[in-house]
Amino acid sequence: MPTDVENWKSEVYGNEVRDRLFEFAEAGFDSIPDDERDAWFERFKWWGLYHQRNGQEGYFMLRIGTPNGVLEPGQLRVVGEIADEYARGPGTNPIFGGAYADFTTRQSIQLHWIELSDVPAIFEKLEANGLSTQQACGDSWRNIVGNPVAGKDGQEVVDAWPVIRELNETFKGNDDHANLPRKWKVSVTGSADGSGQGDINDLAFEPAYKAVGGGEGGVDNDGSEDAVGFNVRVGGGLSRNEPRLARDIDVWVPPEKVPAVAGGLSALFRDNGDREDRYNARIKFLVDEWGPEAVRETLQDEYVDFELETAGRDVREEYTYNTGSGERNDLIGVHDQKDGRNFVGLNVLVGRMGAGDVLELADLADEYGSGEVRLSQRQNVIVTDVPDDALDAFRDEPLLEHYSPSPSPFMRGSVACTGTEFCSLSIVETKNRQVRFARWLKANVDLPGGVDEFHIHLSGCTASCAQPQIADVSLRGMKTRKDGDPVEALDVGLGGGLGDEPGFARWVTQRVPADEVPGAIANLIEGFAAERDEDESFRAFVARHDDEELDALVEPKETDYEDPMLHNTKRTWYPYAENDAMEDAPPAPADD
Amino acid sequence: MTTRLRVLDDGAWISVDDDRKVRVSELWRLDASDLCDCALTDLVVENFQAVGVDGSTVEARVYGQCIACGEDGTTGWIPVGRVHGGSFAEIDRDAVRRPTDCSDG
Repeated sequence: MPTDVENWKSEVYGNEVRDRLFEFAEAGFDSIPDDERDAWFERFKWWGLYHQRNGQEGYFMLRIGTPNGVLEPGQLRVVGEIADEYARGPGTNPIFGGAYADFTTRQSIQLHWIELSDVPAIFEKLEANGLSTQQACGDSWRNIVGNPVAGKDGQEVVDAWPVIRELNETFKGNDDHANLPRKWKVSVTGSADGSGQGDINDLAFEPAYKAVGGGEGGVDNDGSEDAVGFNVRVGGGLSRNEPRLARDIDVWVPPEKVPAVAGGLSALFRDNGDREDRYNARIKFLVDEWGPEAVRETLQDEYVDFELETAGRDVREEYTYNTGSGERNDLIGVHDQKDGRNFVGLNVLVGRMGAGDVLELADLADEYGSGEVRLSQRQNVIVTDVPDDALDAFRDEPLLEHYSPSPSPFMRGSVACTGTEFCSLSIVETKNRQVRFARWLKANVDLPGGVDEFHIHLSGCTASCAQPQIADVSLRGMKTRKDGDPVEALDVGLGGGLGDEPGFARWVTQRVPADEVPGAIANLIEGFAAERDEDESFRAFVARHDDEELDALVEPKETDYEDPMLHNTKRTWYPYAENDAMEDAPPAPADD
Repeated sequence: MTTRLRVLDDGAWISVDDDRKVRVSELWRLDASDLCDCALTDLVVENFQAVGVDGSTVEARVYGQCIACGEDGTTGWIPVGRVHGGSFAEIDRDAVRRPTDCSDG
C-alpha cells in the first residue's frame, strides 16, 4: 500500500505546488487547513522549504540549490541580502548571531527562520538573480554536486561544469522526473582528485578514458588516443545506519550522452523504487536487491536507445580528496587554475557564516577575483579567478582572519550538520558544539609532525548529513546517562575516508558523554603520536588496529572543556534561548 | 471519530491529527522489550518506523539503541500515548513502558 507521502504526492506535487504555496503565503500561515498541514509541509519540500522542528512553529528552513556549488558573480551578495533581511527569528545564536547562511555538504545554502509570508519576495529575488530553491528538498533530483572548481581546476580530466548545467536544466522542473520514490542525489566530477565524492551518491559520474575510435583525451600505453568521459556508479549513500558505496555498473559514457544515461537511471528508479516503504526507497536498496549487473541490463534494455559502452579506464588511483593522504585532501588554500589564475579555498568553520560576513566576502570576491564564489562539500567557500599579483593583498584582508586559507587543522577539518537547533531528526546539538570542540582542540592538542589535516565530522543522527562515516574521527549523536541523568552523547568512529579504496569509519566507542569527547580525541591523538609508524597517516594507523585496540585509545575524559548543551536540547524550543522551555516557545509568526 | 496517525520527516515524528506530538531523541525505559536481554531496556529513540493503534492506545515501532547494553535495532510495538475524547496525551516520558503484542496500524 502506498504511504501517506506517496498519496499526497500523487494528488499535488512538483511544479504545481508553487501556486498553492504562494496562495498560503498571501493568506498567511494560519490559512493552511489544520488537517492538511502534514501534506503541505511535505509538498513544500520540493520547493526547498522545510518546516522547522517543534517549538518553532511557522518557521521554515529554506534551501537554495547551487549546482556544483557555483555562485556566479553577484549571487553570493543576493544570498547575504536575503539572509540579512529574512533569516532572522526569535532565537539568536550565541556564536553566530541573528542571521546567517549555512553552506552544506551538498554544496547548497540553507537559511533559517524563514516566514511563509516572505517566500514570494524571496523567490522573486532569487530567481531574478539566477538562483532557485526548486527541488532543493523532496523526492526528486537534488542539487547536483561535483568538484566545485570544475572548468577551472588545474587537475581536471574533463570539464564537468557544462554537463552539470545541462543536467540541471534538463531535470529541474521536469515533470517526468519530479516525483521519484525518494531523494535522488547525483554527483558529476571531471577532476582527478575525487572531490565530487561520487561514492556516496545515488548516481555518480566519474572521469574515465575510453578507446572508442579516436577523440580527445589521454594517451594509452600503445600511443592511441582515448576519449574522455565518465564511468557510472549507482547506489551510494550514508543514511540510516546503512551506508553503501556506489556500485560500478560497468558503463562508460561520453559527456554528450550523460543526460540520456542519467535520465534513464532516474526513470529506472522512478519506476522500480519502493513506494510502499520510505525506509527502503533509496536506490541503494534496489541495487542491493538487483545487483549492479541487473541495473545495467535494465538500463540498456528499457531506458536508453543506444548501445552502452563498458567501463573505461578510471583515475581513481589519483584521488586525494577526503582520503587522509596528505595531498589535496580538501580545497582549502591557494591552488592553480588552468588559466594561470588561482582559486583560494577559505575555511568556514562548520559551514556557517554571518550575513554581514557573507556580504563582505561577496565584496572581496569582486575586488580580488571575478566575483564568483564556489562551495565545497566540506562546507567551505572558494574564491576563484584571483590573479597572482592580488594574492598577498587578498590574504591580508581582515575577514580572512576568520575564514582562513591556512587554518588550524582542527578548524579546517570540522564539519557539522544542523543539529537540534532546527532539525527534527537530530538527537544532539551540533554546530556550536563542534565549534567549541575545534577551539578546545586547537588550544590544547598538537598533531604529530607532518600531519596538518585531521577531519572530524559531527552528525546529530544516523541521517549522516555531516557525512561522518568518511572522516578521520566520526561523531554521531546519541544519548547516555551520566551520574544517572540523561545527557547528550556521541558515538565515536575512526578511519573513514574516500579515494581509490574508500571505507567507512568503524564505530569503536559508543555513547561518550559530549563533555568527555574532546578529552577522548586528545587521548586518541596522543596514542596515535606514540604508536605511529614513521609518517603513517591516521587512516592507515586505524586500519592496522582492531576495534578493541582503538577503543582503548579513545579514552573519554573530563577536561576543562565545558559543554553547556549536555541536557536534552530537543526539549527546548531553541537550545540557546534564555527561557528555553518548550512552553516558552513563541507563537507562529503573525501574518503581515 | 477517526484519528490520523503518521510517521513523518524521515521518522522524526509521530503526527497525531496533523500535529507533531511524539519526537525522537528521548530515552525510554522498556520492560521486557524484544530488543535486548536487559531487565529494563534504556532505549534511545532514534527513528520511528511505524505507528498504529490498539483501542485507544497509540503505538509505534522504534529504531533505537539500548544504552545499557549497546544492542540496536527495531522494537516491537511500544505504547506512546492515548487518545481520549479526540485528544492525544503522550505517555509520561519517564514512565516504564511495556511493549504490546501487535497492532493493526
